[in-house]
Amino acid sequence: MTKKLVVIGAGMASGRMLESLIESDPAAYEITLFNAEPRGNYNRLMLSPVLSGEKTYAEIVTHDDHWYETHGIACRFGERVVEIDRDRKIVVGEKGAVPYDKLVIATGSDPFMIPLPGHDLEGVIPYRDLEDTERMMGLSAKPDAKAVVIGGGLLGLEAAAGMAARGVDVTVVHIMGHLMERQLDEAAGYLLRRALTDKGIKVMCSANSKEILGENGHVKALMLDDGTELPCDLLVMAVGIRPSVALAKSAGLAIGRGVHVDDRMVTSDADVLALGECVEHNGAVFGLVAPLYDQAKVLAQTLLGRDAAFQPKEVATKLKVTGCDLFSAGDFTEGEGREDIVFRDPARGVYKRLVLEGERLIGAVMYGDTADGAWFHGLIKDREDVSEMRDTLIFGPAFQGGAQADPMAAVAALPADAEICGCNGVCKGRIVEAVEGGATTIEDVRAVTKASGSCGTCTGLVEQVMALSLGDDFVMPTAKPVCGCTDLTHEDVRRLIKAQELKSQPAVWQELGWSTPNGCHVCRPAVNYYLLADWPLEYQDDPQSRFVNERNHANIQKDGTYSVVPRMWGGLTNARELRAIADAADKYGVPTVKVTGGQRIDLLGVRKEDLPAMWADLNEAGLVSGHAYSKGLRTVKTCVGREHCRFGTQDSTGLGVKLEKRLWGSWTPHKVKLAVSGCPRNCAEATCKDLGIVCVDSGFEIGVGGAAGMDLKEIQPLVKVATEAEAEEWSVAFVQLYREHAKYLDRPYKWIAKVGMDWVREALSNATERAALVARFDLSQTIYQKDPWAERAEPAAARRFQPLADLTLEAAE
Amino acid sequence: MSWIDVGALEDIPLRGARLVKTPVGCVALFRTGEAEVFAASDRCPHKGGPLSEGIVHGRAVTCPLHNWVFSLETGEAQGADEGSIPTYPLRVENGRLLLDGDAVGRRAAA
Repeated sequence: MTKKLVVIGAGMASGRMLESLIESDPAAYEITLFNAEPRGNYNRLMLSPVLSGEKTYAEIVTHDDHWYETHGIACRFGERVVEIDRDRKIVVGEKGAVPYDKLVIATGSDPFMIPLPGHDLEGVIPYRDLEDTERMMGLSAKPDAKAVVIGGGLLGLEAAAGMAARGVDVTVVHIMGHLMERQLDEAAGYLLRRALTDKGIKVMCSANSKEILGENGHVKALMLDDGTELPCDLLVMAVGIRPSVALAKSAGLAIGRGVHVDDRMVTSDADVLALGECVEHNGAVFGLVAPLYDQAKVLAQTLLGRDAAFQPKEVATKLKVTGCDLFSAGDFTEGEGREDIVFRDPARGVYKRLVLEGERLIGAVMYGDTADGAWFHGLIKDREDVSEMRDTLIFGPAFQGGAQADPMAAVAALPADAEICGCNGVCKGRIVEAVEGGATTIEDVRAVTKASGSCGTCTGLVEQVMALSLGDDFVMPTAKPVCGCTDLTHEDVRRLIKAQELKSQPAVWQELGWSTPNGCHVCRPAVNYYLLADWPLEYQDDPQSRFVNERNHANIQKDGTYSVVPRMWGGLTNARELRAIADAADKYGVPTVKVTGGQRIDLLGVRKEDLPAMWADLNEAGLVSGHAYSKGLRTVKTCVGREHCRFGTQDSTGLGVKLEKRLWGSWTPHKVKLAVSGCPRNCAEATCKDLGIVCVDSGFEIGVGGAAGMDLKEIQPLVKVATEAEAEEWSVAFVQLYREHAKYLDRPYKWIAKVGMDWVREALSNATERAALVARFDLSQTIYQKDPWAERAEPAAARRFQPLADLTLEAAE
Repeated sequence: MSWIDVGALEDIPLRGARLVKTPVGCVALFRTGEAEVFAASDRCPHKGGPLSEGIVHGRAVTCPLHNWVFSLETGEAQGADEGSIPTYPLRVENGRLLLDGDAVGRRAAA
């Protein structure tokens, strides 16, 4: 007698299992197939092409009515299974019960819906089946339709891209710092984000959803925890899936994260088998299709009483997200003793990263060019010793054997039509011609050919071609790169951030070909500064790219304690402030109180844990951070001026206070100190400051580029103006010019020595340009002129100043 | 090993660090990637600088006092500097940070 087989679920795994079973022995079972969806097996992976309009539903059906009929399968589609009765060995569907000898559970997975307020509104859907797909497709019929997708994983991005392809305005909201963080590292995530942005999809990372807003029971907008509202007609939640185990659980089968199965795909009941996304095997659950197909084969064999065992294999993910090639395999995150090899080709938008452990390749991430993915995957799977080819490993199999050791020899071997500068399409021959035509410097070549004039990453290559052509006449420029992460100089990086409109650190690392995953302690603070100076609105300051003092807003001392210096505007204070400072010194046991050279008071020896509370106390008395720790405005030193002094010519104190109130909080390439003296006797020592003003009867003499540190420099005259307002305007404009052009960690005097005082005077003498500089400075100040102490005295921020945990306390307490 | 839950992964900013006080001294927990963490002594062997205040890059940290760079995987000083810091087992599970209590001289609370 033919045995009865009941299968619950017509997903991809179950379809493959039925095929395998029928192929091996078509007469073994009388089969009944339940599916809650009102249709049979189709290729769920192809829903995205259906959504984007590249395919129709009919094209992705894997098993049609004819197939089920031919093989005598009783289809119960659109019918939910209510219960499994294992004692009586029957499956109870909504329309009646079916007995079984063997039962296969293939219920797949359920989309996880975040229980945000409003998640049950009409128009909030997951992305799981054809119905969801059709809802998204239907949206494009509405003019100006808007959709929000929560989740920047594969499914969410496919939903977003599909809707965008149909003309819907889509925003992706992702809680993590970069897209597809499980498959991709940060740099690849950046490239993906850029590709999506180019398609018109808005991407918001590190964004927390707070609430779904509705109107008449229908979704209206998503609100983020920072208050941003994203209007939408449809909200798709694609934040993950969970094995669908409810049915198996109520049947009393052993359940972990999924339905427990052994190597033969048998559950805790010998007559009940399971496969697909609903199972858990040796602690693992499955989301990719390859292992599911393996399970399908094993399960079919088990049903036929044959020996077979499921062995999970190392899987590589090769994906195409909306036309972008991605590949990841193995382990590219956690673990010890690992090294990275990184390759970036900004012009082609290519990123590759290999992770090595000892002699072996253990992980690979690729973006843009995934042609060598299979080869790398093979090396990972076979645990091959790669130490011999390590130097050229990242170039792939084509490059193994006979590598070019000498870069000059490699350049010499290039044919004349080999492309050197990808951005401007300049070949080697063109550069050689330019040299033969008289060009002797890189600037000459750039002027004639444009080679290396755009992204600049081929500068080294152009220089090598020049060296070959010019022979001994060519002296390789010895411009110093920022650090070991790049060959570019600070000036190059600044120029390219502006020219290429790079607005994030991953953008800089990728587009400028950084050789490390995320920079080092030398380049990170510099890049962070350049980005915030050039893109105050778009770029968000990264505290983790700052030196400790600027991150903690206090100066670290050699014993790990900090010093606290409140601001005293123009050196003025009063009894109330002094009392608050004295009280704080008492309360927090400050061992040393010192008057600084910048006319304020330094409280030294404060413990980190005490900083937020101390700041809160000082804030209460109206005191704010003096930024005594920052590459930014420090102090504006003043003398008492004509209010009290018999020699004073102007209100030097008043002007100093005005300047300090205008400039405080701004970040600069290095620290900036100002002073205003009320007469040429110069009691405020204005002539050795970064910007010094000396008041005279007829107005204000402004000089710049002074210093009294490692070097002693007298200011050079910039301009003499008649009014206080003009003095303020010139000062602000000068600071902004310095902010926009100087190399990180160059004080103004060093920067002026490079660009020339004439250039500075000329840049500032143009009234229109001066006004534009002031406007750009003021714009930046709308973001950055905030008291960092007040922000960090808030409880949530203050917590970061405490240890995460204290394990020295006994558990018994 | 006895794993102790010392906090949430999200408590450490990406490429940042937080401190845990233990019987063997202050231990710094570093977050080098979205879900990649390391634990090591907070104290630089050079002049005792607090490594949890350093800049985290790749799988390394730079001491804020004199720029010694340590591998967080091996604890060894990089480049010309010589010295090392103890490292401790730390892992992430379901978004929680689990530190090996045995390694830092404390048994897990029952």
